[in-house]
Amino acid sequence: MNKKFFALGASMFTAVLLAGCGSSAKSGESLTILNYGKYFDPEALKLFEEETGIEVEYEEYESPEEMYTKYKAGSIDYDLLCTSDYMIQKLIEEEEVLPMNHDNIPGYQNIDQSIIDASASFDPEHTYTIPFFYGTVGIIYNTTEVGASEADSWDVLWDSKYDGKIIMENSVRDCFLVPLKRLGYSLNTTDEGELNEALSMLLEQKPMIYAYFVDETGDEMAAGNASLAVAYSGEAAYAQSLSDELAYSVPKEGSNLWIDSWFMPKTCKNQENAEKFLDFLCREDIARMNFDYVYYATPNTAVYDALDEETKQDKTIFPDQETVDNCEVFVNLDETGTNLYNQLWKELKSN
Amino acid sequence: MYKFKRQFLAGPYLIWIIGFIVLPILMILYYGITDSSGSFTLENILAIASPIHMKSLLLSLKTAVLCTIICLVLSYPLAMILNSLQLKSQSFVVFIFVLPMWMNFMLRILAWQLLLSNNGILNTILETIGLPKVQLLNTPSAVVFGMVYDFLPFMILPIYNAMSRIRKDIIDAARDLGAGNFLVFVKIILPLTVSGMISGIIMVFVPALTSFVISDLLGGGKVLLIGNVIEQEFMQNMDWNMGSGLSIVLMIFVIASMALMNSYNKEGEGTAVW
Amino acid sequence: MVKKIFGNLYLTIIFLFLYLPILVLVILSFNNSKSRVVWGGFTGKWYISMFQNKTIMEAFATTLQITLTASILATIIGTLAAIGIQAMRSKGKAIMLGATNIPLLNADIVTGISMMLLFVRFTKLGFSTVLIAHLTFDIPYVILNVLPKLNSASKSTYEAALDLGASPLYAFYKVIWPEILPGVFSGFLMAVTMSLDDFSITYFTKGAGVNTLSTMLYTELRKGIKPEMYALSALLFGIALILLLIMNFGSPKKNERRLT
Repeated sequence: MNKKFFALGASMFTAVLLAGCGSSAKSGESLTILNYGKYFDPEALKLFEEETGIEVEYEEYESPEEMYTKYKAGSIDYDLLCTSDYMIQKLIEEEEVLPMNHDNIPGYQNIDQSIIDASASFDPEHTYTIPFFYGTVGIIYNTTEVGASEADSWDVLWDSKYDGKIIMENSVRDCFLVPLKRLGYSLNTTDEGELNEALSMLLEQKPMIYAYFVDETGDEMAAGNASLAVAYSGEAAYAQSLSDELAYSVPKEGSNLWIDSWFMPKTCKNQENAEKFLDFLCREDIARMNFDYVYYATPNTAVYDALDEETKQDKTIFPDQETVDNCEVFVNLDETGTNLYNQLWKELKSN
Repeated sequence: MYKFKRQFLAGPYLIWIIGFIVLPILMILYYGITDSSGSFTLENILAIASPIHMKSLLLSLKTAVLCTIICLVLSYPLAMILNSLQLKSQSFVVFIFVLPMWMNFMLRILAWQLLLSNNGILNTILETIGLPKVQLLNTPSAVVFGMVYDFLPFMILPIYNAMSRIRKDIIDAARDLGAGNFLVFVKIILPLTVSGMISGIIMVFVPALTSFVISDLLGGGKVLLIGNVIEQEFMQNMDWNMGSGLSIVLMIFVIASMALMNSYNKEGEGTAVW
Repeated sequence: MVKKIFGNLYLTIIFLFLYLPILVLVILSFNNSKSRVVWGGFTGKWYISMFQNKTIMEAFATTLQITLTASILATIIGTLAAIGIQAMRSKGKAIMLGATNIPLLNADIVTGISMMLLFVRFTKLGFSTVLIAHLTFDIPYVILNVLPKLNSASKSTYEAALDLGASPLYAFYKVIWPEILPGVFSGFLMAVTMSLDDFSITYFTKGAGVNTLSTMLYTELRKGIKPEMYALSALLFGIALILLLIMNFGSPKKNERRLT
């Protein structure tokens, strides 16, 4: 027994040493990236590593608030970040973002000018960001249980018929936008009265909620565990690819239009490698891989032009002009506003 | 000749204790009693009294107590039955209960997600036999359930160990003196297994009180335990001072519950399961 | 007789409660449909895609590295520490043992956070910070398993060996070591068990791209359940089963292990 144990221990130790040597023998260059969950095709990452020899340390997060904390904690030096409009605005205002030389990124030409223009709300001079995907927030519903006319209004999420069959967004601003829009307020409001009204509406709804999810939503809807879910458009398109019974609508009261973009934070150690990665993701074949992987609207014109008509017409993926006009973009809130949201969010969750 | 002192062998560990046990605790104390600008405040610790935090703390206490009681009630008879089997080696029992722990704890939770979801296996069975579906997943009960499943071995093993150490001749002597089953249980078995029960209770209660993952994955974001509040302060709200303050409160609760438990424990049982 | 039937029934129920969920995972790992309820025929494809999945395989390798390195180092440091502590006077002993109990009894989340606060102040999070954190909670298990064996080891035999001219090291190796070896071994196993199953502490101390199975699964589970995870469950269960079988029943000699 004893001898066996030592043989086992010794061989394990050797294995560990070997494994350790193996990983340190790789080229020293690496790139630390922080991105939303389910937001980059792992195959494409592998391809990047193979083509450039740069090792990617890839990390994921669920909500922009989580991203902000991970970055601000300073415990990890990220080279590249991807997040949503209002959070980028916040980081730019805090001077955490490095300006980008788009000339070093030939693939930038592929990006749709109208989306670059739309990014002006958070990056007015187009100096910091490259748009990655855009989309809306809406309702995924199971057509065997919910009618299209019902799903055209946020009201359906308060219908007692669907008790226990509703999924809400597990991200503070995406969750609050629902009652705010239902009440006819702006989704950027910091008015305490309006927000408290929204909170009591969410509290009233909470007993009927199946769960608060973000990235699980598509799978859960496809598995039939719920009838209605508030979700991003790409999550809806993904769910539809799994189940024919699902449909997506952006309610008539209006919703959120968002743009997620890449940028280099101040902690970026190797801008040249970061630019290589940005150029890589703008390349048509890679952008196409990611489009097929995430199902969001791509700002990459080369990819869009090569799509078949059916996909181009898919309103779940590419919102029509009417929907876009009916949507609002999130802007960054001041500190009091952010704290108020956090406070209300905790209150919702603890009740 | 130079005389080597055996105490020096603990040297590396002493350095380790100072660097990685004491210093981190001091860090958390420091953050807990300062605000973001670094000046002294008790606000972060007193924040536990706010209605939101109080609610989470009470829910955590309720969940942990419930989980501990269920584990105890399930384990005690089980330990007696196992003991009565008179196995030649204890290894087998340890084996059965440690095996699931070597499979990852996340995967064990995943299994319960599959079993409990609305269209999951249990509900499908209910439906086939003509009963209405029930929402099992994403409720506080699912969280308790998951905790019981995860922590049950921590309760069974110490009780079983304490029981298997009771010498047969003591029981025989009692019987010779005319004690019945009930008397033997109350006067011998129960007192001699108290220490086992207490280590079991501590080993279940503390993780149940402070867990945040089980509630996250089986509670569907609806069950906010004090562990979740702390995790969110650190990972989402970027309020490390508040998070540290609440952690201090949690530490106090853990210490208090252990002191309470240990006052019943005269033998001083270790926490190892092997 | 009735009592016996009832007892066996109860055992069966608990056994099912413990192993049925695992069985479900194993069955689903061979299911040719993505559905969690419907059986779509037998397949091994999830195993193939699991082995091709870089995220899973990397996490698997990291878990092995962390668990084994931490457990082995913890066994060395912990055994030395136990020998040293045993030789201490009562006051020093009490202080050392008190400190040893802190990571054991403290909540995982608090241990994890406190270490994170320390690391963030002085360094960057990465692989080594996870390793240090694991060592910190592994060492106490080794000490608590070795110390009782040391206490019960025969002091007079050791002294007799010294009197007969053995060097302290030789006497220790010949007399004490065989006595404490089972304790060292169970300490090592405890360390492995705790390292393998840890989530909270790793979660707070890990750097970008460093994932153990626990943290990888946490991220992945929040993105939805993939059938590769069933395959991973079955694989891990198989490995654990084989390893534990070898360790428990592999030796012809009965190795009685007790709770400290």
